[in-house]
Amino acid sequence: MIQTAVEFAAVSRHFGDIRAVDEVDLRIAEGEFFAMLGPSGSGKTTCLRLIAGFEQPTAGQIHIFSRAMAGVPPYRRQVNTVFQDYALFPHLSVSDNIAYGLMIRGQGRSMRRRAAEEALELVRLPGYADRKPGELSGGQRQRVALARALVNQPKVLLLDEPLGALDLKLREQMQDELRSLQKSLGITFVFVTHDQGEALSMADRVAVFDAGKIIQVGTPQEVYHRPRNAFVADFVGSSNVLPAHLTESFTGQSCPASLRPECIRFVDTGGCLVTVASVSFLGSATRYTVLLDGTPLTVLSDNAQVAAQPGREVRIDWDNERLHCMSEGHE
Amino acid sequence: MSSSLQSLNRSATGATGPLAALSDALWRRPGLFVFLLLVLPVLWLGIVYLGSLFALLIQSFFSIDEFSGMIRHEFTWKTYRELLNPINLDIIGRTVLMATAVTIASAIVAFPIAYYAARYAQGRWKAFFYLAIMLPLWSSYLVKVYAWKLILAKEGILNWLFTSLHLNGLLEMLLAIPVIGGNSLSVSYIGTFLVFLYVWLPFMVLPMQAAIERVPQNYLEASADLGGNPWQTFRHVLLPLALPGIIAGSIFTFSLTLGDYIIPQIIGSSRLFIGQAVYSHQGTAGNIPLAAALTVVPVVIMAVYLWVAKRKGAFDAL
Repeated sequence: MIQTAVEFAAVSRHFGDIRAVDEVDLRIAEGEFFAMLGPSGSGKTTCLRLIAGFEQPTAGQIHIFSRAMAGVPPYRRQVNTVFQDYALFPHLSVSDNIAYGLMIRGQGRSMRRRAAEEALELVRLPGYADRKPGELSGGQRQRVALARALVNQPKVLLLDEPLGALDLKLREQMQDELRSLQKSLGITFVFVTHDQGEALSMADRVAVFDAGKIIQVGTPQEVYHRPRNAFVADFVGSSNVLPAHLTESFTGQSCPASLRPECIRFVDTGGCLVTVASVSFLGSATRYTVLLDGTPLTVLSDNAQVAAQPGREVRIDWDNERLHCMSEGHE
Repeated sequence: MSSSLQSLNRSATGATGPLAALSDALWRRPGLFVFLLLVLPVLWLGIVYLGSLFALLIQSFFSIDEFSGMIRHEFTWKTYRELLNPINLDIIGRTVLMATAVTIASAIVAFPIAYYAARYAQGRWKAFFYLAIMLPLWSSYLVKVYAWKLILAKEGILNWLFTSLHLNGLLEMLLAIPVIGGNSLSVSYIGTFLVFLYVWLPFMVLPMQAAIERVPQNYLEASADLGGNPWQTFRHVLLPLALPGIIAGSIFTFSLTLGDYIIPQIIGSSRLFIGQAVYSHQGTAGNIPLAAALTVVPVVIMAVYLWVAKRKGAFDAL
């Protein structure tokens, strides 16, 4: 049976009048790659800091591997963090940075050195042991921060927007590496990001945060194709939200529904008649905004399909099973 | 055409007149700007400060004629050799020990204050902190020292306090300690030390606070995250990163104590410190060369101190 790595029971964290985290319930399984996704100020980073122990909950209980964490300081938790800006110690060399946790636990110099070099191999940065953090590029620092956390063999690894400072190419490469590292080590990863693409491509499960609450938890597919409300639909990828009366005319159900832009296609006959409002070329695809009965819809179409000019009337169609009825409307 | 273009440009930036022309000229020639910025300080430092220091150094290589009391303007090591006689060595040793004790004590006393100010104080409390640290610097140094004389005197407030708390025995035990004790606090080395500590403390607190403030909070969090308890975090992260500030503060407290001649004269035993010796040699005794040589001693000690600090890596975190 799979153990629960991290469990939140009605956890709140208030800063004065601000409810940064508001009665959150959460269960993260052992070995899971779990993403916390949300806009800035949605409470995801505070949740991470609650797990690390930098913050104490105002109310509620946190358990890590069934141990209650109330009053347990960060240095007594088997949890390590990769910080957003890495927080490498500038006065220590790369190997001393990596071996910091081992030094704290009283391991000898030669053992520390060996562990640091192994960890550098693991993050594909061999030969950098004697550099200072100031001499490394952003991507290299990121790897050192990762090695410094992993060398302690944490039960849970927390990553706070670890790829935020990297450029696009490097970010995609690190996404793959993090993912395969997590699979091979089997450590529970809790990953905070505001980048929905990152969350969807890497995580086993995603929690979508808004205003201190978790709106939806599920696999990337669930969250993407069956968003619980308009916020999730809009934040996780772009989405069209059909108002209730329009949905009713297609499915007979009266509820606001989400419809992903790539699920809409242009057709010659059938479907429904719309007016093209705008066209933008994205490189690998083209995005159209069309007006259906006054409701703007975004259509994402590969370039092979017929190009339409603004002002023209075209026909669009979709499979009605792609219309996902949302339980809550706009909030 | 070109003149109309020019006027168009002018009207675009909207600036005309000699001040605008000056700022444009300075913008185009950053070298000139730096020159203007530095010319006064460099003249000051070069002529007034370094010049007098150099004059002092030359004086220390002259000597005094024992019979006539006149200065012989010839190069000699004689005056420096005089520094090594027991009386002068005693003075130097006493002063260096006192400066070391004052520096270590002020570092220990200043750290919690600086840490609180850097990490916890905010807004109004921060302003209050600056005021509380700086306020003693506003009043005259002499007033403060004489106030301390009254506090530490045998009939003074401190004695009264100890008596009313029935801790008289403790004070007497303290004063009974050989060398640093004495008849009362105001005529003992303990008294001198306390007043030095009080007077120079702001010079330790302020650079220390600035240094601690510059250590980002997430370094401390990272250390805790990696298993470091508060003491280990202090020892391995905060202290090394704040060390340049502590060294800066210690330069103040150490060199100010080395050179001071008023505090030990008003409070303490009658034995001399370097500053007092310099004062008496250049005054009534008229022995300018020996006074100059004695003044070179703190300069050399500070130079050695900074060199050792650099060798030990105290400035690596800068």
